[in-house]
Amino acid sequence: MSSPPSHPSLVPSHAIAGIICREITKDYGTGDSKVRALRGVNLEISPGELTLLVGPSGCGKTTLISIFAGTLDVTSGEISVLGVDLKELSKYEKAIFRAKHVGFVFQQFNLLPSLTAAENVAVPLIINGFPRGNAMAKVAEVMHAVGLQDKLQSLPAQLSGGQQQRVAIARALIHQPSLLVCDEPTSSIDAKTGQTIMELIKQIAVRPDRVAVIVTHDPRVLEFGDRIVTLEDGRVAQDKHVRNPENTKVA
Amino acid sequence: MTWIAIKMLIGDRSKYFAIIFGVTFACFLITEQSAIFCGIMLRTTSVIRDTHGVDIWAMNSGVRYADDLKAISDNDVFRVRSVPGVAWAVNLYRGQGQAQLGNGKYQGVILMGVDDSTLAGCPTQMILGKLGDLQMPDAIIVDEAGFHQMWPREPLRVGKVIEMNDRRAVIVGIFRSAQTFMTMPMVYTRFSQATLFVPQYRRMMSFVLAKCRSNVSAEEVARRIESQTELKALTKDGFITMTMMYYLQHTGIPINFGTTVILAFLVGCAIAGQTFYLFTVENLKQFGTLKAMGVTDRRIVAMILIQALVVGGIGYGLGVGTASIFGIVAQARMELLAFYLPWQVVLISGICVLFISLISSLLSIKRVLVLEPATVFQGGA
Repeated sequence: MSSPPSHPSLVPSHAIAGIICREITKDYGTGDSKVRALRGVNLEISPGELTLLVGPSGCGKTTLISIFAGTLDVTSGEISVLGVDLKELSKYEKAIFRAKHVGFVFQQFNLLPSLTAAENVAVPLIINGFPRGNAMAKVAEVMHAVGLQDKLQSLPAQLSGGQQQRVAIARALIHQPSLLVCDEPTSSIDAKTGQTIMELIKQIAVRPDRVAVIVTHDPRVLEFGDRIVTLEDGRVAQDKHVRNPENTKVA
Repeated sequence: MTWIAIKMLIGDRSKYFAIIFGVTFACFLITEQSAIFCGIMLRTTSVIRDTHGVDIWAMNSGVRYADDLKAISDNDVFRVRSVPGVAWAVNLYRGQGQAQLGNGKYQGVILMGVDDSTLAGCPTQMILGKLGDLQMPDAIIVDEAGFHQMWPREPLRVGKVIEMNDRRAVIVGIFRSAQTFMTMPMVYTRFSQATLFVPQYRRMMSFVLAKCRSNVSAEEVARRIESQTELKALTKDGFITMTMMYYLQHTGIPINFGTTVILAFLVGCAIAGQTFYLFTVENLKQFGTLKAMGVTDRRIVAMILIQALVVGGIGYGLGVGTASIFGIVAQARMELLAFYLPWQVVLISGICVLFISLISSLLSIKRVLVLEPATVFQGGA
């Protein structure tokens, strides 16, 4: 990918670091209405493995993934993503960080309905300052990778749920981000399609130089994870390493 | 991001057209009402503008506008002629007459009496007849609109006879002139004739029209006339300004039209603003997604402003275009309609539409800026 003509990288160039959390807490509200969503999370996630965040509703997994993505600030603790201390970044710098280094896959796909599939996929490149023509030229390759080379000009409304999620995956990967965050990527599609989507993510999204984190409550997804982090009541209850079981920890 | 903003805007067809309709409606009303206001203002001075070849109007010092008729002495024309810098000066009568038509009906007319020998101050655009025919006994000329007012649906022709003050008057010519504020037929005749067409008073002269020598400015000569006579003397432009200012300050015209323009502005803001805000609220998920993906607040603001300016620009074009077509069509069908669309009105409408667009976008910008990008997770926003 040629260099986008915009902002300088916020990530140190020497290595692709992972995610490091130290005693992070997150409170919502103030006073009597204060709710503590995270209660001292300690976690290290390395590139090259597919990490699943699981747990019951309200356990804090969405809050945690939002913090990883730089869309939410921690209340206390230390958070380093790709070697960047997110607490040190301004709002503007966080936006630039997300634009350059984070790929998003949302539960509801969140495609722009008035843009074609190809235009939706090109959006991250446009955000990073690529001219529209150059951005569109790169789209075909990624759409081919997700098996939608014949749907370039389709509007989201003309695509099935599974196809829309594939477009979303293509959009998340086109700018080759170092961090991929997926929020319940299979919950809005049927089981069979969900299986296909997870295979696709496993196949094309997980790379040695990328940190990939998926939030899910779908038990059928668990088989795809290299590591399964279970959250309960705002804490890490279990950290299971599927590939290296000796590293598994239970709180 | 510009094309993304525009595609987002056009993608929601119903709101897109609703916003454009709101801006178009407001722009049409603002332009049309302002143009009619300008047309009316212009008519208040049509008699001054239609009197060609005259540099200075000298009048009774109590005159406040063109239709404010206060007679001056017949000798004043000689006093003006004696002022250094005046090339020539002639008398002018202006008043209201009562014309009895052939069918027995009466019609009020504006009667103008010009200098008997030179006919200076007469209109120049003759449609039928010759100006020189005014020298004939009982001769008058009338304006085209006035002829149709007196004899609707009849073709223009000379030779028609009317009576004014029990005196016979023969139409020897028809001229074209700007509509007057009073919308009564304009009748020109010789000064001596005019004084017979109305009841006699001791003083009959309304104005002295003067031409300056080429080596001295009209302003300077006007000052000299004022200092050497007891008359008020104004250049043509000065008289036009004074007349317009009188109508602006002492009549309800500006307030009435201004109210409509302000209402149009507010209605435009309300319709466009509300629809644009709803459009933004319904697209919050899209804006939230873009924010999560790294679009900065500055670019989000730019996108919303582009959307507002696009609908504003289209609405402006349609509004001014519709108002122009309305003016052309309506004037062709209704001669009495005052419609004058100078570039200043087009500019003011543009500024109003710009404000409507900006005000519409302000609420939307605020709503999007406070949106936390994290809300897009799990179907938020």
